[in-house]
Amino acid sequence: MNGESTGSAFVLLLRRDLILAFRRRAELMNPLLFFVLVTALFPLGIGADPELLKAVGTGIIWVAALLASLLSLESVFRSDFEDGTLEQFLLCAHPVSILVLAKVLAHWLVTGLPLLIVAPLLGVLLDLPGDSIKVLMLTLVLGTPVLSLIGSIGVALTVGLRRGGMILSLLVLPLYVPVLIFAANAVETAAAGLPITAHLSMLGGLLVLALSLSPLATAAALRVSLS
Amino acid sequence: MDTQFTDNSMLLEGAGLECIRDDRVLFSGLDFTLGSGQTLLLEGRNGSGKTSLLRILCGIRLPETGALTWCGKDITSLGPLYHEHIAYVGHRDGLKLDLSPVENLVMARGLGRPNPDTRPEDALRRVDLYGFEDIPVRNLSAGQQRRLALARLLVTRSQLWILDEPFTSLDVHGIELAEELFLEHVSMGGMLAMTSHHAVNLDSAHIHRINLSA
Repeated sequence: MNGESTGSAFVLLLRRDLILAFRRRAELMNPLLFFVLVTALFPLGIGADPELLKAVGTGIIWVAALLASLLSLESVFRSDFEDGTLEQFLLCAHPVSILVLAKVLAHWLVTGLPLLIVAPLLGVLLDLPGDSIKVLMLTLVLGTPVLSLIGSIGVALTVGLRRGGMILSLLVLPLYVPVLIFAANAVETAAAGLPITAHLSMLGGLLVLALSLSPLATAAALRVSLS
Repeated sequence: MDTQFTDNSMLLEGAGLECIRDDRVLFSGLDFTLGSGQTLLLEGRNGSGKTSLLRILCGIRLPETGALTWCGKDITSLGPLYHEHIAYVGHRDGLKLDLSPVENLVMARGLGRPNPDTRPEDALRRVDLYGFEDIPVRNLSAGQQRRLALARLLVTRSQLWILDEPFTSLDVHGIELAEELFLEHVSMGGMLAMTSHHAVNLDSAHIHRINLSA
């Protein structure tokens, strides 16, 4: 199989997943709603003191985004597993990792991207200063794709299990921690007026690492799950 | 679809295959060869390992021992190079219920080696689903969904069809239709590996039967 047809398979699958997501758009609202609700509930829980919210606001948004992304993870492979199309992917004439990449990209576009769009509004809601929101956005842009990519490995491993949700969280959350640490630290450092290039480079590095290795690991995990 | 498979030297060989499931040996020491224009028909009671064997032939499952070779090369090392020659219809139809039949076939075509002579619409006509192109698969009957799954075989140029109970939920007319497709495939030099509870109406000279209960 030549590279050109593999490329077109990538585009076909990406399009298919976007169409499917669009036809079931009600399901897409869940993680987004979760993200907004969690963030909006925090001021009620800890008090609406602007100084306090300024101090913890970015952390709240990041943790909520992380949990929302975890919540939506299962849908990457679940329905394909149930109707048997996942088997067909393993039997196709193209490298499975390329197809995995298409699926994860589609998943990020329909679940991660909406979070990115809403995040600045939530920043305003929590009365974060403009500069913090800017840094928050930068870290989210670099960080949320990493979450999807790492998460796909966990989903691929647990998709064959009947109650995989709990194990999935336990598998994936520890791997999310580095992303959260660097992202939260970047915002803090920026608020102190220090340069954050190092943090962004680390996040970028994590993204490149996840982008190159996670599809291979996910493909291998899918083979294990389906055998 | 009247193209002959140009390369008739393709050969699938299994040697000493063994499958163990839940500490139970389903079969062991299984040998077979399947060449161009031949059919491998698996027989046996429920739970005798027919589906497991088919999944091993696909490369989804690994045999406990033994080797499975395609033209002399191990299928796991061939990977996608082997998969471009096979098409599989399993228990589950492998269709997206929210997509239309044509969208499903376009996807199947893109994942394999597209058959230049059969567009998705042609394949639908072959399985008597013309007129249902744009209806979500969810709204088709079980038999119609099965026929659509079989139509998937036609849109790629796969020499080896691996079919797990292909006649499930098909009516008499559907079974005739499916048998016609299988006969045509075999007569063009294709290969067939299948299980079935129905008596299969195929040319018996080219059928190898393996009884897994024996």
